[in-house]
Amino acid sequence: MSKGAAAVGGRRYGRPVTSTAPLIRARGLVKRFGAFTAVDGIDVDVHPGEAFGFLGPNGAGKSSTMRMVGCISPPSGGELRILGMDPVRDGPAIRARLGVCPQLDNLDPDLTVRENLTTYARYFGVPRRTARERAAELLDFVQLTERADSRVEPLSGGMKRRLTIARALVNEPDVVLLDEPTTGLDPQARHLVWERLFRLKQQGVTLVLTTHYMDEAEQLCDRLVVMDGGRIVAEGSPRALIERHSTREVVELRFAAESQEAFAGKLDGLAERVEVLPDRILLYVADGDTAVTQVEARGLTPAAVLVRRSSLEDVFLHLTGRTLVD
Amino acid sequence: MSVAQRSRPELPRVPAMTVLAYHLTGYRRTWRAGVFSSFLLPTLTVLGFGLGVGGYVDQGVNGVPYLEWIVPGLLASTALQVAIAESTFPVFANFQWTRSYTAQNAAPLRVGDIVAGHLAFVLFRAVTASAAFLLVTTLLGAVASAWAVLTLPVVALLALAVAAPTFGYAAAVSSDSWLAMLFRFAVIPTTLFAGVFFPVESLPGGLRHLAYATPLWHAVDLCRAAMLGAPPQWSVPGHLLYLAAWAVGGWALAVRRFRRRLVV
Repeated sequence: MSKGAAAVGGRRYGRPVTSTAPLIRARGLVKRFGAFTAVDGIDVDVHPGEAFGFLGPNGAGKSSTMRMVGCISPPSGGELRILGMDPVRDGPAIRARLGVCPQLDNLDPDLTVRENLTTYARYFGVPRRTARERAAELLDFVQLTERADSRVEPLSGGMKRRLTIARALVNEPDVVLLDEPTTGLDPQARHLVWERLFRLKQQGVTLVLTTHYMDEAEQLCDRLVVMDGGRIVAEGSPRALIERHSTREVVELRFAAESQEAFAGKLDGLAERVEVLPDRILLYVADGDTAVTQVEARGLTPAAVLVRRSSLEDVFLHLTGRTLVD
Repeated sequence: MSVAQRSRPELPRVPAMTVLAYHLTGYRRTWRAGVFSSFLLPTLTVLGFGLGVGGYVDQGVNGVPYLEWIVPGLLASTALQVAIAESTFPVFANFQWTRSYTAQNAAPLRVGDIVAGHLAFVLFRAVTASAAFLLVTTLLGAVASAWAVLTLPVVALLALAVAAPTFGYAAAVSSDSWLAMLFRFAVIPTTLFAGVFFPVESLPGGLRHLAYATPLWHAVDLCRAAMLGAPPQWSVPGHLLYLAAWAVGGWALAVRRFRRRLVV
């Protein structure tokens, strides 16, 4: 990484974690739209320097929560403090210290990559000259320097997302809010975004993100909450959540028969929890290999056996169910 | 350096100016395409209506040659057209397509700053287009009096009077076909009947009162008085207050509608 990009880091963002006062504090936070309750009384604390995730299926209330934290959506109930201030009364003062990367890109397609950053920086009162310098540093950071003077319109989805992230940093924010930062990106683009976000995290920037990608949450989040139906159903580090809500390992058995159901009864007592899916049976166990030996000892011969570690995805599906949410 | 000591820039003193600066940055890329039409259009209308139609109007209107009589009306209607064109699709697009307003809303701007900054840009567009019109018609010899410069503040007020409520309308509609309806059922009839091409008095009673209710007629009457040196048909403060009322009412509507879209 070049010198310019390095300057985006330590010098400005380095945040001594002397105070434990949360940057974001919600108690019984509620958001209602008419008769529909999108967020149903959640308690959240986000501390300086941490990467905090909101996980959940579509409609869980993640984006509504993010909009309240972004001070563009007044809470319908409960208490919310951001940077020690009241989002309804002090909206502009709080937003001056937030960086927001929305779910849908809202860059100006007719402006150049650089102009998107410089015009945005002016909203925060960044002087023109500083804005130009900072735009150059940030474009370096998100690897878009070569496209600085091209229009935004023809950029790929990954480039646009990186530019949106750069734009969220023009005011050197204390907290960066990212709403599904890699949704819709191809694997290469996702990895590049993750890598940049990880770098920000290392520099001490507080990240708050929503996602429904479990690998994203495992990669980036120090701590996360799983939301479902507007409530928090679990909270902790990815590791702790797996330990608490799943077993260490999972054995996936696939039987060559029409229905897996017939075999489920023969697996009694082998696992902490048995889940029968249309195409396979999952055994949640502490030791996968032992379980496989026991399955074979019962004379069962699955067509395919896979032993793997429990993932956050197992926790997520366990807590929020397998029903499709559209 | 600790965070507490880190210096943050002061927020802009007039945040709407930074929004205006954003719109002007975009305009820097597109103005060339517009500049041609803003000179060509007045030339064509002056030739077509002033000389073409005017050739058949032997006695002029109230003793004034038709070309000179029609120019103030065309000037005001140019301001109206530009103001409304800039407040319909661009506003709708900033909500629906580019979502620029959403981006601005995440910054430390208030809803009023977002509206005011964009409205200032529309005002800029309407006034520069009118100035171009005035320049061309003067060069063509269709402007008799130097008092014509007084028309610029009048068309500026007209632009605000029609752009502000149109902002509110464009923020409220769910589909862009409503914008085309606005042109079909409001802008075109207004342009035809508000005294631009012929005196409002020639209209039958009911229509005449409808014409008097349009902001355009008030601006046309003021522009004509300034350019021809003739007394206006209605009181000057009355005209100005009526246009100002549209601007103020439109502003309130626009801010309300924008807030309903942006703060939910």
